[in-house]
Amino acid sequence: MVASAPRNRPPFSVLLAVGCVWFVACIVTAADARAETPVDFAREIRPILSEQCFHCHGPDAGVRQADLRLDTPDGAATMITAGDRHASELFRRLISSDPAELMPPPDSNRRLTPAQVESLGRWIDQGAKWQEHWAFSPLVRPELPGGAEEQASGAIDRFARAVWAAEGIEGSEPASPEARLRRVTLDLTGLPPTLEDLDAFLADPSKEAYERAVERLLQSPAFGERMAWDWLDAARYADSNGYQGDGERTMWPWRDWVVDAFNRNLPFDQFTLWQVAGDQLPDATFEQRLASGFFRNHMINGEGGRIAEENRIEYVFDMTETLGTVWLGLTLNCCRCHDHKFDPLTQADYYSLFAFFNQTPITGGGGNPQTPPVLEVPAESQRLEIDRLQQELAAVRERLAERSKVLEAEQPTWEQEWLAKLDQPGAWKPLLPTAYAAEGQDFTLLEDGSLLSSGANPAQDSYRLTYRPGPMRATGIRLEALRHESMTAGGLARSDSGNFVLTGLEIVVRRPGAEPRKIEIASGEASFEQGGFGIGGVWDNDPSTGWAVYEGKPIDRDHQAVLRFSAPSDVIDGEEWVITLRHESPHAQHNIGRLRLAITEMPQPTLGEAQQESLAAALRMPPDARGDEERKLIRRSQRESDAAHREIAAEVDVVDKRLASVRGGIPKVMIMGDQPERRPTFILQVGAYTKPGAEVSAAVPGFLPDMSEGSPANRLGLARWLIDDRQPLMARVVVNRFWQSLFGIGLVKTPEDFGVQGEIPRHRELLDWLAADFRDSGWDVKRLMRQIVISEVYQQSSRVTPETHERDPENRLLAHGPRRRLPAWMIRDQALAIGGLLVPKLGGQPVNGYQPAGIWEEATFGNKRYQQDTGEALYRRTLYTFWRRIVAPTMLFDNATRQTCTVSPFLTNTPLHALTTLNDTTYVEAARGMSQRVLAERARLLGANADGAVTAEASVLDAAAADRAALAWGFRLATARQPRDAEVEILLGRLAILREQFSAAADAANAFLAIGESPRDAAWEPGEQAAWAAVCSLILNLDETITKP
Amino acid sequence: MSYSSQREAAAQLTRRSLFGRGAAGLGLAALSGLLDKDLGGASSAAAAVGEALPGLPHFPPKAKRVVYLFQNGAPTHVDLYDYKPMLRQWQGKQLPAELLGDKRFSTMTGGQQDKPALAEITEFRQHGESGAWVSSFLPEIAGIADDLCFVKSMHTEAVNHAPAITFFLTGSEMPGRPSMGSWLSYGLGDQAKNMPEFVVMTSRDQEASCGQIFYDFYWSSGFLPSRYQGVKFRGSGDPVLYITNPDGVSREMRRGILDDLAKLNGLQLDAIGDPEIATRISQYEMAYQMQASVPELVDFSDEPQHILDRYGPDVKRQGSFAYNCLIARRLIERDVRFVQLMHAGWDQHRNLNTQLKIQCRDTDAPSAALVRDLKERGLLDDTLVIWGGEFGRTPFLQGKIEETQTWGRDHHPYGFTVWMAGGGIQPGISYGATDEFGFNAVENKVHVHDFQATVLHLLGIDHTRLTHRFQGRQFRLTDVHGRVVKEILKG
Repeated sequence: MVASAPRNRPPFSVLLAVGCVWFVACIVTAADARAETPVDFAREIRPILSEQCFHCHGPDAGVRQADLRLDTPDGAATMITAGDRHASELFRRLISSDPAELMPPPDSNRRLTPAQVESLGRWIDQGAKWQEHWAFSPLVRPELPGGAEEQASGAIDRFARAVWAAEGIEGSEPASPEARLRRVTLDLTGLPPTLEDLDAFLADPSKEAYERAVERLLQSPAFGERMAWDWLDAARYADSNGYQGDGERTMWPWRDWVVDAFNRNLPFDQFTLWQVAGDQLPDATFEQRLASGFFRNHMINGEGGRIAEENRIEYVFDMTETLGTVWLGLTLNCCRCHDHKFDPLTQADYYSLFAFFNQTPITGGGGNPQTPPVLEVPAESQRLEIDRLQQELAAVRERLAERSKVLEAEQPTWEQEWLAKLDQPGAWKPLLPTAYAAEGQDFTLLEDGSLLSSGANPAQDSYRLTYRPGPMRATGIRLEALRHESMTAGGLARSDSGNFVLTGLEIVVRRPGAEPRKIEIASGEASFEQGGFGIGGVWDNDPSTGWAVYEGKPIDRDHQAVLRFSAPSDVIDGEEWVITLRHESPHAQHNIGRLRLAITEMPQPTLGEAQQESLAAALRMPPDARGDEERKLIRRSQRESDAAHREIAAEVDVVDKRLASVRGGIPKVMIMGDQPERRPTFILQVGAYTKPGAEVSAAVPGFLPDMSEGSPANRLGLARWLIDDRQPLMARVVVNRFWQSLFGIGLVKTPEDFGVQGEIPRHRELLDWLAADFRDSGWDVKRLMRQIVISEVYQQSSRVTPETHERDPENRLLAHGPRRRLPAWMIRDQALAIGGLLVPKLGGQPVNGYQPAGIWEEATFGNKRYQQDTGEALYRRTLYTFWRRIVAPTMLFDNATRQTCTVSPFLTNTPLHALTTLNDTTYVEAARGMSQRVLAERARLLGANADGAVTAEASVLDAAAADRAALAWGFRLATARQPRDAEVEILLGRLAILREQFSAAADAANAFLAIGESPRDAAWEPGEQAAWAAVCSLILNLDETITKP
Repeated sequence: MSYSSQREAAAQLTRRSLFGRGAAGLGLAALSGLLDKDLGGASSAAAAVGEALPGLPHFPPKAKRVVYLFQNGAPTHVDLYDYKPMLRQWQGKQLPAELLGDKRFSTMTGGQQDKPALAEITEFRQHGESGAWVSSFLPEIAGIADDLCFVKSMHTEAVNHAPAITFFLTGSEMPGRPSMGSWLSYGLGDQAKNMPEFVVMTSRDQEASCGQIFYDFYWSSGFLPSRYQGVKFRGSGDPVLYITNPDGVSREMRRGILDDLAKLNGLQLDAIGDPEIATRISQYEMAYQMQASVPELVDFSDEPQHILDRYGPDVKRQGSFAYNCLIARRLIERDVRFVQLMHAGWDQHRNLNTQLKIQCRDTDAPSAALVRDLKERGLLDDTLVIWGGEFGRTPFLQGKIEETQTWGRDHHPYGFTVWMAGGGIQPGISYGATDEFGFNAVENKVHVHDFQATVLHLLGIDHTRLTHRFQGRQFRLTDVHGRVVKEILKG
């Protein structure tokens, strides 16, 4: 009895003196009783040291006290006399009554419990044996427990039974066949079993039949969709950047790749290799490069004023830490600022990992949601459309070239005609009004031919001006807005700024004896267009748009605009033009104060007088003397003056734009790629990008096995290291997450932390065995999933008793089946399936389903408008819902936010969740869809067609029995099991009440049934269907329905 | 009695007898307790969820509730609260180099060579017995100066909005940590009456000049269970998502459906024994209660006109700051613990002369009205009101001194002002100071973590002891920092 011998050493006399007799007595008796039980260092001792001591005596050299380390065997040995707790300084300090000596120090808020003190004491007494942290030690496949009689059982069951035996407990009976099929169907596909699947299985619920069902589910395309969800949460996948601007990205081909990779069972080592370094593989395929999009799913901050380098560093932090969480189960982020407090990770280790990701050409500037490097991933339809448009473009270009040839032949004639025209004095003919009036102001005709407004200064005004242009072939008019001293600050209007907004200009031709005719304006240009106030606003018949000229400073010049007609207008003698100018903007008094009009016959009137002059000059030159400039100018002018050429050129433009738009619509997936020059990496003090310290090079953490010899020091080397058989973490971490996806909690409860502060798994050998087996099987994911779901442990009943719940509330011992509420996305997918609405189409661009109005608008100040899709898009699986990162889809009441990497599930149980599944359009519509299925079944049971016509078949049910049977049928749709009598009675009672309520309120019934865009089957009487739909909504909200059995 | 009401009565009976009988079953004791309370017409959720953590509060709290009037975009301290006559003397002159040091600013002025002093564009006067300096742009807040405590020596670390706001509300610049309201719900449990414990409302300036996005991580529960995250009341449509029954479904129908849902779930609880089912039943019931309590909350018909007038002309416009302030008061009356009201539009980089006044007009009266209303109702004693942004604005000009229309100020983390009132805060004082240019906090500096520690202290929490273990380490709102600013607490 080593523990009892030194009990009278001095420290204890002190303790006795301060009245801890009871405490000591406990220690002594407990020690006597249990000294022989070997202490498990990993489970019992290291957690105490880690939690209570490492903070000051751990890996972080920066804060280490007294130069003492208790995280290494050598460090601890200096404080411990193995085999004798009372000869050990470490133990003495734990029980010291002197506050100056007591450890942890009283002011640290850390305190050991008496049981912990005793554990440490026993550990020392037993020789203070040190073990490497379990998760960091090499992964070796443990021996299977159990003897020969266990041979028939699978490894999972044998390991679980060994733990149960040690704990003195037993597992549970198998769950019912209904529960087992529903559980495994939801777990492997995220969808409920169909009644056909269910009936087939119930007819033969043998082990073989179960395994056949599992096989069918693993082969279903829905498997990949289900598996992808957790991976997307980890990959922080979203369809927009996040942050201000929140630009839309097109990463969804990467998402589809993930689904596909799971479906064709890409081995997990390849899955890893491609996503970490697919771009760096020798002769990387398109698909391997696409896979490397994983790391580019991080948020992008486009906020104005952000420093690019600060952003860039954040992105690299994100990539580094995501790698740590997803593949290593290490909490790296502590090491941005200092050495890890608990795990043997230094700050230099962190930045050495960071260095792998620090090589992309991304600068961090701007918020481009397709920041290169990108990979274009056209859909088949896009590829075809581009081919077609390119052919079309070639054809139109051909026609254009032909027309150009014709024009070339005609050039001498054209030149002569034009020279004559340009030589006429005044290409612009001033227009003098014959009548003029404004609605609100007075006009004066000034000597220079301009009209000046005065008098009242109304908020808005319209001018009506009459002209007689005289015989000509008019092609356009010019409007001059001229400054005047009577205007604000000598500007252009009597508004606050001297600016105007012309919202409309209309020309109506009046000839004696003819209907007035409007002249269409085709295009125009202006001396200046204020942002958002282009000249196009004056002829678009939209009073909310208009032309304005404020240049951000007081008005200091005149302005003019040229408006070109769609077709030349031949003016005859005596013809009158009535020109109306409107100022109808909300900007008060922005009425042009002084204006003048002119008219022209020039074929392509422009503002550029200078250009006309240079054209004239060019034409006057003898052809031989013309330079390149002149020849180009003449050729261009001739083409622009030719209507046929203009028309074909416009066609080219249209096809060009269509092509650009199709090309622009090709998703561009951001992928990884390193810049040619290595970017040096520095340790950033306190994680600040402005405080670089020592330089480091790319390397893996020192406490883990090295990268293999000759490995490149880039992401490819890193990826190969991750999947190296010697690397102890990846297999454990990954298997734990797959386990978690089935059981709700991993074998290690902290999937993000396999370090010394993470949970020590009670089923550690099971995890190690599964991990080793996964690795040795060639990283076969479907094989692993199959192994787990065909185990007896997985198939147990999930019933708990008060005793089992008391003992193990989280079912860490796995003594019963996993009963968990479904994730929000699965609840929705299930409702769509039960309601007969689900559209099981795989992949493609994201869709916008039902969402209450104004969610995006409110979150983005109206910058992002939610455009709900229609048709089948409303019924796609939730995986395909557009994920706006700053405001996730509202129906997902408790999913990961997809802002940073998330691997732990969080389920909530809140009123908000209840409100969603009771009131959201999707769920109400699903209830209606379900009611149609139930009513059809009821009709069948009644021996009637949907329209009520009785079929010839005999032995039909009466109405009451049909109600009962139809309710049971619907209940089974949702829960897979037959309802108990008490349950049917409750539902029948509710149905009766609802029938009465809805039949008394036909409007209510119709309104309720009108929710959702799928058409209602009019065969059913509305009051009757509404009652059934409400009961279906109740069934869809049952705890059992939204919970995996 | 109609057939259906007879059936309803029968259903009620069954419901009672079910829970009476099932009391021996696991979790049913708590459940029947809940339903009894509900039948009595009071209470919120089951005791199983929503309890305070053991040992909390650590000591008797001074404040039971908090309204945080968060001013997104960063109000300009030198124009509103921190009067510095020296700036007038230096108007247009380059600020002393030793002041600027190698400090970083946002890229808006990081590259601007000139950093000329810009005096306040408002007029300062002293107010109340305390003689607090407040700008002429904030007459109503000036009118309650004696109820306020101005902390004029705040300083922070971030220079951009989102990180700085996240830092104030969660203690970390990066998204992912629980926000203050989540910590409080987590630590202190439930107290609200048929309301969420942590409510968030947002609004922005009417001119829409320079809005900042309200990210949901400003009220995230981070790694705490998501039931602790803030519930965002919306600025348009239903205040709470999905609070309204589907068309055609009456409250009576819903009651009946939920009664039967509870019965069926109760049977399942008996059969399976999973206590999560009991929680689910209570949450559905709470949802039903909220369907009544939320519409009642936003119905102002019981507010007398003179009270409505206090909040200004926007009080009835859903989504306005004034409307949100009145809702905040009504939430406090319903014992909601943390009301986080965020108002954007203080980011005057180029429109100080045109925008600041509008911004003040929109926020001044409602902020003061909230404090007055709480005081008159005796609620200010145990309700803490906080008013402030994520940093201040530069005492130097952004822009050109001759172009007054585009004057602005850049982000400024080195010294700024927030004010607090009620809930154990000493009224009528100013604490701390910046230097004579309003540049650096120099006297009694208060860091963001100190501020957070102080808020927790007022709620009876030792900030070093409200922790949650995540990723292998104990996290807390104040990270490893924070000092309670005892000097501003009531004796």
